[in-house]
Amino acid sequence: MTTDPGKRDGLSVLDRPNSYIGKTVPRPNLDRLMQGRGLYVSDIELPRMAHVVFLRSPHAHAKIISIESSTAKRMPGVVAVVTGPELAAIITPWVGVLSHLKGLKSAPQSAIATDRVCWQGEAVAAVVANSRAAAEDAAEHILVSYEELDAVTDMSTALDPATPVIHASLGDNLAFERNHDAGTVDQAFANSDEVVEAEFIFGRHTGVTLEPRSVVADWNPAEARLTIYQGTQAPHMVQNIAALHLGLKESQVRVVCKDVGGSFGIKVHIYADEMATYALSKLLRRPVKFVADRVESFNTDIHARDHRCKGKIGVNRDGTITAFEIDDLTGIGPYSMYPRTSAIEANQVVNLVGGPYVTKNYRARARVVFQNKNVMCQYRAVGHPIACSVTEGLVDLAAMKIGMDPVEIRRRNLIADDAYPCASPSGLRFEQLSHHAALAKLINMMDYDALRAKQAVLRAKNIHCGIGIASFIEVTNPSAAFYGVGGAKISSQDGVTVRLDAQGSVICQTSITEQGQGSESLTAQIVGSVLGVSMDRVRVILGDTDNTPYGGGTWASRGAGIGGEAALQATKVLRKNILDVAATILQSTPGELDIVGNSIVNTSDGAPRIELNELARIVYFRPDTLPPGIQPELMATRHFVPREYPFAFTNGVQASWLEVDTDTGFVKLLKHWVVEDCGTIINPQLVDEQIRGGVVQGLGAALFEKCVYDERGQLTNANMADYLVPMSGEMPDIDIGHVVSPTLETELGAKGAGEAGTAGAAAAVANAVNDALQPFGATITEIPLTPQIILTALGRI
Amino acid sequence: MKASAFAYARATSVKNAVELLAAHGDGAKILSGGQSLMPAMNLRLISPELIVDIGELAELRGIVVQGDILTIGALTRHVDLLKSPEIAIHAPLLADAIAHVAHPAIRNRGTIGGSLAHADPASELPACMLALEATIVARGPQGERRIAARDFFTGIYETALSSQELLVAVELPTAPHESTHYFHEFARRHGDYAIVGLAAQAVIRDGRFADLRLGFFAVGDRPLLTAAAHKLINVAISPTALSAALSALDGELDPQGDQQATPAMRRHLARVLLARCVSTLLSRPELCVGGLV
Ligand SMILES: Cc1cc2nc3c(=O)[nH]c(=O)nc-3n(C[C@H](O)[C@H](O)[C@H](O)COP(=O)(O)OP(=O)(O)OC[C@H]3O[C@@H](n4cnc5c(N)ncnc54)[C@H](O)[C@@H]3O)c2cc1C
Repeated sequence: MTTDPGKRDGLSVLDRPNSYIGKTVPRPNLDRLMQGRGLYVSDIELPRMAHVVFLRSPHAHAKIISIESSTAKRMPGVVAVVTGPELAAIITPWVGVLSHLKGLKSAPQSAIATDRVCWQGEAVAAVVANSRAAAEDAAEHILVSYEELDAVTDMSTALDPATPVIHASLGDNLAFERNHDAGTVDQAFANSDEVVEAEFIFGRHTGVTLEPRSVVADWNPAEARLTIYQGTQAPHMVQNIAALHLGLKESQVRVVCKDVGGSFGIKVHIYADEMATYALSKLLRRPVKFVADRVESFNTDIHARDHRCKGKIGVNRDGTITAFEIDDLTGIGPYSMYPRTSAIEANQVVNLVGGPYVTKNYRARARVVFQNKNVMCQYRAVGHPIACSVTEGLVDLAAMKIGMDPVEIRRRNLIADDAYPCASPSGLRFEQLSHHAALAKLINMMDYDALRAKQAVLRAKNIHCGIGIASFIEVTNPSAAFYGVGGAKISSQDGVTVRLDAQGSVICQTSITEQGQGSESLTAQIVGSVLGVSMDRVRVILGDTDNTPYGGGTWASRGAGIGGEAALQATKVLRKNILDVAATILQSTPGELDIVGNSIVNTSDGAPRIELNELARIVYFRPDTLPPGIQPELMATRHFVPREYPFAFTNGVQASWLEVDTDTGFVKLLKHWVVEDCGTIINPQLVDEQIRGGVVQGLGAALFEKCVYDERGQLTNANMADYLVPMSGEMPDIDIGHVVSPTLETELGAKGAGEAGTAGAAAAVANAVNDALQPFGATITEIPLTPQIILTALGRI
Repeated sequence: MKASAFAYARATSVKNAVELLAAHGDGAKILSGGQSLMPAMNLRLISPELIVDIGELAELRGIVVQGDILTIGALTRHVDLLKSPEIAIHAPLLADAIAHVAHPAIRNRGTIGGSLAHADPASELPACMLALEATIVARGPQGERRIAARDFFTGIYETALSSQELLVAVELPTAPHESTHYFHEFARRHGDYAIVGLAAQAVIRDGRFADLRLGFFAVGDRPLLTAAAHKLINVAISPTALSAALSALDGELDPQGDQQATPAMRRHLARVLLARCVSTLLSRPELCVGGLV
């Protein structure tokens, strides 16, 4: 189903001859990366560069009594050992709150702990040496004496009066609470034929980027300028924060972000050890490199999820869903992260539960509590997997209760495709979604009825397969409503500059960033298509605050929708400017001319008139031959931010087909399907691989990934052997289909696609496992669905 | 994650390696494939003073059949076991098992000597050595000695080797004609260490086990050659007989709990494996259903 945007007459700027839009073209950066010519932060070597290693707390909660580092300081190669109080003279602490998250509180956090450590892994000292190995050797000789304090680890008792308060100044361990009540929930439940309740438990997990967090900070005292090389999703945000806390102007900080080996939201935050690295460079007046190792990545990269969410659904025997109610609890570690805060995930859960469905009766409470565990914050598909698993889990339980097929109950309750624009029960505005078209396509792709028949046949042979369906909505293209309104200096707009060089090629500078999504490719595709030049003539520059327009970067599925639109608009201006000059040179009118295949051509018959390189030669080297008063501008900049809708919602549906070995509790994923609607598709392969990668991360959450803490707040599986990431051997084939409903807010029409896969994958798997276990009367509402949990639910152990 | 400083010596002969070990005592460690040693050093779980690299010792490499003895040199890499025609013919259990050890990159470097000396209780090869009645050949200052596999593994990461001894080879009797085998393990992901695994070697005549050796791994502090097998040898296998074997097995197990499985789950999975092994080897699917386990 393609919705015609309507407002466009004739060919849009995207439908031009030789357009790259909607085509799978190779990414321009592929050869560079495949030949090992990428430039990651750990590849950067600067003269006089030192390496920092952080000595980290072994305790979840403790007072620092003393730090004895005289031996360490005398070790070979050691430049300095720096403690929290010493660094506090260089860099100020921060508090991760935003004003639009009413009541959110947190305590000041320092780059290095000053008097108390609040999680196992918090840095207590920095050892700077001429190699990482020398710094690690020295770190072993620092003696820290701690006085252990009671650790708050269990979120379900964090608010009990008997539980110690982590930050006395805050009064209690409650960071944030949000309540929402829409429609007539109590009445709806009272009048429902059935009411079903369940508690959903989500394991804490993390992003596990292939390249760990890495920084080189280079303070140049002669220029009074700090250059930060960092794998980050948001260079301008890093610039702002570093300047703010080091007492510098933004113009004194340059952030350079070359290649990034995966981010998934892990690299969109400001971490204490990164702040410490900036400050150390300023203190020591030399470049300092920090590359997290795998163990400290597990202990300090933000964790995510870790929710316990009670859910309730009302349903009538005809399948009508009458109301949703949830009570969500999440533990975020000892501090709200900076600057995006750790309340966003719970807030999203409240926003998104029930989102695909018609019912307006919805009540929600979300509470966010502090704990002595690693900090928690936004990771790919923030809140979505929780909201989707709770909603879709409840819908399946309701269907089971009234004996209705899971597809049928969704058909009866999903918002109709012609009901838009409309709003969700939590007040989110939807421009145009396509739940029914997506579901119909999914059913077709998976051959649902045949699969059900096959399931029955296998069941008779004692083979227990399950089918799970999960509809979802996804927040993309966020406007200032996400962070800006709360006072965060995180830009929601992005800018693109395009310039014709002297040989008719295009240089394009964009404020969005690339961590593997294909930002560079989609930008080149748009610029090439709109301008009428081949992609090999378009060079995209990103990730440098000195050399790109100001903008937000790449996160929250915004790169294509926002940065792509800025690229489109900037290129339109450049195109107009080029055609104006061409008309002058050719004594024609701009309307009679077009740019196709790197040349100016006649609109009427397509006959080539003048090549772009010839036009550029005249403009740059023989402007004397142009008529007086003509000053061509072969460089154009445009910025864009969505203004009509705070978010461009997308939607989709996923399905999982799997087998549960009821003797062993092992789950075998057999097949996974996704149909999603991200509006205009710029590069089908990039979109599909974003979806697949996202699904795999969702499957990781469903079956494998969990940060296991003991009751004393020790992370017990901080390594790649014990923390199980999803690997290809366990992954099913993932089939992907699309429905296309472009957003009318932009000419490009693209919405985001980066998080859709993660949003619904775990819900589909959990529903499929419960479907498989139906004959045993077992229902599980906890992920990861480990063999231990499944065998226990089956009563086998 | 950088190892602390260590001295390095490349052994020029087995004799030289043994001398180096004798000279440096407990502070020295042999480096074979490095796939277990190097991660432990990088995590600073161990900090040896001297690394004795045996990688160049060609005399420790290779798979040879002589008479009814199959000799595998300590430096033989996992990938070589996987691809060797001699192994496929004379010890096919090993070929099956090795496919479950880690991933290709690790199998390209990891060695049988390193794996056996490392003696991870969740490792595949030690259990295979029990099932195959292997003899471990070690050389030390006092010369060579032969240790039966059942005496070799003494605890978690512990073996009968002294810190001055080098494991040089393993010897296996070639598989008799009518013998067959079964290998399976439960692991969360391909290549992971097993939660529970079973390496079995059997001789079947007339639908009965004439011989059956069951090597369980990841069920205790060392691989277990279960005596429960005796309950299945030379008897008609009925559900009752199988049940008796399962109970006997249960009595022998002393599994540990960890993040993947409680002791109860390991016991349960060991029973499932035994039932599946018997049912598969005898081609009697009915033995696996009906709530035996
Ligand atoms: C990601 C990963 C997954 C893995 N998964 C598995 C798995 O599923 N199953 C499994 O069995 N293994 C697994 N391994 C371990 C792998 O099989 C190792 O190769 C093996 O355990 C050790 O062999 P090595 O040759 O690498 O020995 P090394 O690492 O070199 O040495 C290991 C130990 O044995 C000692 N040693 C080595 N050779 C001798 C010798 N000839 N005589 C005396 N002592 C010696 C060393 O001093 C050291 O203490 C895995 C490893 C990795 C990194």
